[in-house]
Amino acid sequence: MSVIELKDVHVTFHEGGKTVEAVKGVNLLALDGEIYGIVGYSGAGKSTLVRTINLLERPTQGRVFIDGEDITDARGARLRELRRKIGFVFQGFNLVGNLTVGQNIQFALKAGGWKRGEWRERTLELLRLVGLEDRIDSYPSGLSGGQKQRVAIARALANDPKILLCDEATSALDLETTQDILALLRRINRELHITIVFITHQLEVAKEIFDHVAVMENGRIVEQGETFDVFSAPKHPTTKSLVGRFLGITLPPRLVRSLPAGELVELTYRGDDALEPLISDVARNRGVSVNVLHGNVEYFGARPIGVLIVLVSGEDAAVAAALDDIRGKVLKFEVLDRDELAAGDEAHDGEEGNGAEGAGDKTIPPTDTDKDNDKDTDKEATR
Amino acid sequence: MTTWDIIQAHLPEALLETLYMVVVATVVGIVLGGLLGVLLYVTESRLLHANRAVNAIVGFIVNAIRSLPFLILLVVLIPVVTFFVGDPYTPTGGAIALCVAAIPFFARISESAFAQVDPGIVEASVSTGATVPQILWGAVFPQARPSLVRGIVITIISLIGSSAMVGTIGAGGIGDMAIQYGYNRYETGVLAVIVVILIVIVQVIQWIGNRRAKALAH
Repeated sequence: MSVIELKDVHVTFHEGGKTVEAVKGVNLLALDGEIYGIVGYSGAGKSTLVRTINLLERPTQGRVFIDGEDITDARGARLRELRRKIGFVFQGFNLVGNLTVGQNIQFALKAGGWKRGEWRERTLELLRLVGLEDRIDSYPSGLSGGQKQRVAIARALANDPKILLCDEATSALDLETTQDILALLRRINRELHITIVFITHQLEVAKEIFDHVAVMENGRIVEQGETFDVFSAPKHPTTKSLVGRFLGITLPPRLVRSLPAGELVELTYRGDDALEPLISDVARNRGVSVNVLHGNVEYFGARPIGVLIVLVSGEDAAVAAALDDIRGKVLKFEVLDRDELAAGDEAHDGEEGNGAEGAGDKTIPPTDTDKDNDKDTDKEATR
Repeated sequence: MTTWDIIQAHLPEALLETLYMVVVATVVGIVLGGLLGVLLYVTESRLLHANRAVNAIVGFIVNAIRSLPFLILLVVLIPVVTFFVGDPYTPTGGAIALCVAAIPFFARISESAFAQVDPGIVEASVSTGATVPQILWGAVFPQARPSLVRGIVITIISLIGSSAMVGTIGAGGIGDMAIQYGYNRYETGVLAVIVVILIVIVQVIQWIGNRRAKALAH
């Protein structure tokens, strides 16, 4: 258990005469025992920032505190002692390929000063924790990505750390394995009371396990707060873009071309705001017809955020009034350009319309479909 | 004397001298060159113990010795060897010259083997709180071992080549024999036998090295 605090942290690199400011004045507070997430596109400075916590990157300015203690200038034996209490899990696992699973973990035990006689028992204990005790003598090359990451997590936990830093720890894994690793990290966080700082560009990770989240862009934290609050009411353009890509839904161009006249509108709303009664009220009061064409709901923690594409048709004045009614009640209101949507990408014309436009990292996790079913029936409208 | 007589009379001794020179230079080269390689690697790495001054100085010395073609190095070293062992025109004199060449050669070979180790592994090792020696022994060496074995093979084969040059100044070994009989006395048969023996030795060393390197990589 530990509190991590960064105060006005800057990291500047000098490479080949060029100066790169990777982190520009970040303030951050990760609470005792929570999972603190940092999201942002690649190149935002997330990796550099998380490395200042165990001083793999030393801040060029600013201070790093762990449990109130300023560690920024720690060196030598004190620095090694600190690092033993801060586990680090990497995107690429970073296991020593020519050593067995057991030897990889023993490396950390040796670093932590464990006696040789205790190694085997401790190694087995750690491997049991991550569910791999039968692979102690395997080489990493014989393991799947998820198994490698489990070994890396076991290694990171070898010296009973109070903090676990995860740098894109699930980004090299498929969706199902990602869910398994997240569940494991969640369990470690709860049962071992380890504060986790997790950086990722994947919102499906963020919504799953982050208690607090910071959004990073160009070396700065542009928005932070409780995960649901940040993602349900994004304020900064970067947050909006991340959330938009994640929730984003598109209509098949062929469908758009065959639609009757009317305004196409995309609505983003808090799932507990009950949008459907509002829509039927508006339709009745303004004498317009509102067709739900497409929808998606994602859960951030236990709370849903939804997005709907609706077609509002009727007399011009009535439609305008209806749109005004709706605009005030949703998080985000966007009138879509029909011509642009209808032109679309012919190559994708035949596909299901629920893939995000252009966003390579956007897919709807299969594991979410069950719990989404009750909220997701709107999709039927497209079929 | 027939070709066969010459071979019988001189080849075993020449081979032993070459073996002696190559083994001494290989052992010294691997130990001292390897240490320099570690020093170059560690002082280059931001995560381990970056030290630009030490890296630049060691790097300069290594490069300086490596700039000299072995034959020139040999001639330059004659007074030095004379000072230490008296007669430079002996296998021991040759071995010393070979050592001087082998150390910087293997320093660069081993440095490059270490540098090929994924920096992520070093990062992960540093993150466990391990000391630099623990990181070197526990992570970098195991990971670099296959490349190191291949590097040792390259070093040995290169030293066999250089050891023949030692023969040209009359310091003994198989090169000396090739010059004396094959070149000065036109004993083509002797030369042919030496060529065949060299080819066989190099092939065998390469084959053993490849097998070892493969066995060490997982």
